[in-house]
Amino acid sequence: MDFITLIDKSVLIVIIFAVSLVTAMYSTYGERKIAAFFQDRLGPTNAGPWGLLQPLADGGKLFMKEEIIPDQANKALFILGPSIAMLTACMTSAVIPWGKDLYFFDHNIVLQVADVNIGLLYVFGVVSLGVYGALIGGWASNNKFSLMGAIRAASQNISYELAMGLSIISIIMLTGSLSLRDIVEQQAGFNWNIWYQPLAFLIFFVCALAETNRAPFDLPECETELVGGYHTEYSSMKLGFYLFAEYINMFISAAVISALFFGGYNFPFMNSIGLSSNAIALLGVGFFFIKILFFIFLFMWVRWTIPRFRYDQLMKLGWEILIPLSIVNIIITGLVILIKEGSLF
Amino acid sequence: MNTIQYKFNPSYLEDSEPLKTKLSGLKSQEMIINLGPQHPSTHGVLRLEVVTDGEIVKDVIPHLGYLHRCFEKHAETLPFNQIIPYVDRMDYVAAMNSEHAFAMGVEKMLGISEQIPKRVEYIRVLVAELNRLASHFVAIGSYGVDIGAFTPFLWMMRDREHIQRLLEWVCGARMLYNYIWIGGLFYDLPLGFEEQCEQFSTYLKPKLKESENLLINNKIFINRTANVGVLPLDLAINYGVTGPMIRASGLKYDIRKTDAYSVYPEIDFSIPIGKGEMGKTGDCWDRTYVRMQECFESIKIIDKCIEMLKKEHKRNKDFDPQALVPKKIRPQAMDFYIRAENPKGELGFFFRTDGKSDIPVRCKARSCCFSNLSVLSTISKDIYIADLIAIIGSFDFVMGEVDR
Repeated sequence: MDFITLIDKSVLIVIIFAVSLVTAMYSTYGERKIAAFFQDRLGPTNAGPWGLLQPLADGGKLFMKEEIIPDQANKALFILGPSIAMLTACMTSAVIPWGKDLYFFDHNIVLQVADVNIGLLYVFGVVSLGVYGALIGGWASNNKFSLMGAIRAASQNISYELAMGLSIISIIMLTGSLSLRDIVEQQAGFNWNIWYQPLAFLIFFVCALAETNRAPFDLPECETELVGGYHTEYSSMKLGFYLFAEYINMFISAAVISALFFGGYNFPFMNSIGLSSNAIALLGVGFFFIKILFFIFLFMWVRWTIPRFRYDQLMKLGWEILIPLSIVNIIITGLVILIKEGSLF
Repeated sequence: MNTIQYKFNPSYLEDSEPLKTKLSGLKSQEMIINLGPQHPSTHGVLRLEVVTDGEIVKDVIPHLGYLHRCFEKHAETLPFNQIIPYVDRMDYVAAMNSEHAFAMGVEKMLGISEQIPKRVEYIRVLVAELNRLASHFVAIGSYGVDIGAFTPFLWMMRDREHIQRLLEWVCGARMLYNYIWIGGLFYDLPLGFEEQCEQFSTYLKPKLKESENLLINNKIFINRTANVGVLPLDLAINYGVTGPMIRASGLKYDIRKTDAYSVYPEIDFSIPIGKGEMGKTGDCWDRTYVRMQECFESIKIIDKCIEMLKKEHKRNKDFDPQALVPKKIRPQAMDFYIRAENPKGELGFFFRTDGKSDIPVRCKARSCCFSNLSVLSTISKDIYIADLIAIIGSFDFVMGEVDR
């Protein structure tokens, strides 16, 4: 790796890190504003114009709160919990392709931190590490509500990971690659995977809601039953880390959904409008973010519209509906591929 | 009078607080969770000792008394007209209804209930029904929050805000009114109130339908509440459950109809009952459904009251709502019980008067929330924790009235 590439990558990492943090930050603002819109309220208005400084005010408030570690808690693990949650949330963005390559003065800038050939597997691996954040934090707080929240988080995430993994196998069968860049490249123009795999998208979206602990699957932290779930005992920025990690996860999930099913940085007529390749690449980044924002909005829309599932209903949905459905989807996809190749009969 | 001296004996404690269930009595999988008194979904300061096996509730032991404010003792030291503000503070979500019941009882004891002008009665029913709507809004909305839907709650609060503004206009207070006096009212309705009320009722009907579709007909909501916390009718009757809860269990029992007090017999409205449309009769869904339908019935009553207040019992200059308010309230010596239909059930007042003073010797409140809550531990055995929350929410109790 030459020196310039190193600089490229470092700058890209910083930018992506900043962008995902800022997006997550402003998702909290968006969440409040969207919730307010659904509920006939105004939402935040006082901090800055239209309340735009609200996320900063929230962050500042969280930093200034008293840090409480319960007497009976395991101190090391208590601190480790939110750190894992935050770390894993920030790590996922490494393999997401943000746009086509840019060419400047014979130099090729790849808008992806690491194009590993097992990109999708990496995403799943890191996301499943995230559950340790909730599990360790909940267990270490030595609180019954936290413990129940942690158990719920663990069992929920594990069961939904299965359905999620199975649902994208059909995508992998279509594309024949685990690299996210390959998957996105194959959806050039309007040739998005959603047209071929609507069922897989549906399953994936539901699982993504469950993975990010969003309503209607926010059982690990459902406030009416478990007070605060696994973060009942947390205060100050440790609580902030948990909440923030949720928003980053939401951003990453939206990015993965748009990359897998909605063509990532591809947009219709991208090859026929006659722009230079750099302009198309930059436009593509824009389109990718529009898609991401749309899915973040969808997450919020779902959250503020429907009630929460019960624990057993959630498990039933995961194991009895989503997993069989995704297996059926795999079989159908396989059959269709074989028939197309003509090797079935 | 004998004084009872309580001796401190540590062994008493073993049978009461903090736990009747001892660690040694538990099976190895069981865990005790202390739900409340500061828990988001116990609607105030109810404390539940929940014996759980994982996610399954084995036993529920309610502990009351965190909001005990000595209503009955206060009532025994105050003249009748001064008790009314305390009555407000029992069920603070539906103060008008409690006032109505109380005032009606004392009027009946005094024997002036027949002379109360019709306009006063209509205004009483109007404000009481407005408050019933407000109370049901709180019930349905906060039930939505218990189930996990936040938006219906704020929609309900938005509509309740209109009611509170109307009632504030009438009497100057938003929750604790002291508006219905013994023998009359504090004020007549303010000018233009009837028109405003009419506007509100036309505004409310579509909004209520919208909320109904968003919450009650939601598939997840139905999954969460149907067949959960089924309260069979015989059990409900045995425990003295009243109000929307017993109607949800399938009994057409509404004191507004059975006792036909005030001007309710002149008003046409029906009593919605639970039919078990989504599950068994008497489940949480039925209870919420009955409350929702009662809101529509209340709007009907309000419309009728406004019509009567605008046409037959018009406002005029000579009308004085305080004309019949007695200067000295001194009923004859008697035992007297009055009951009325509160949004949450049958609210009753028992008075014992000695005929010599204007202070009741005994004033007991029969709290509907208390009786309704008593059935909780019976019907919540072997359910999920989430179901327990759903059941508590569907009871719609106000701890202020449970503890008094």
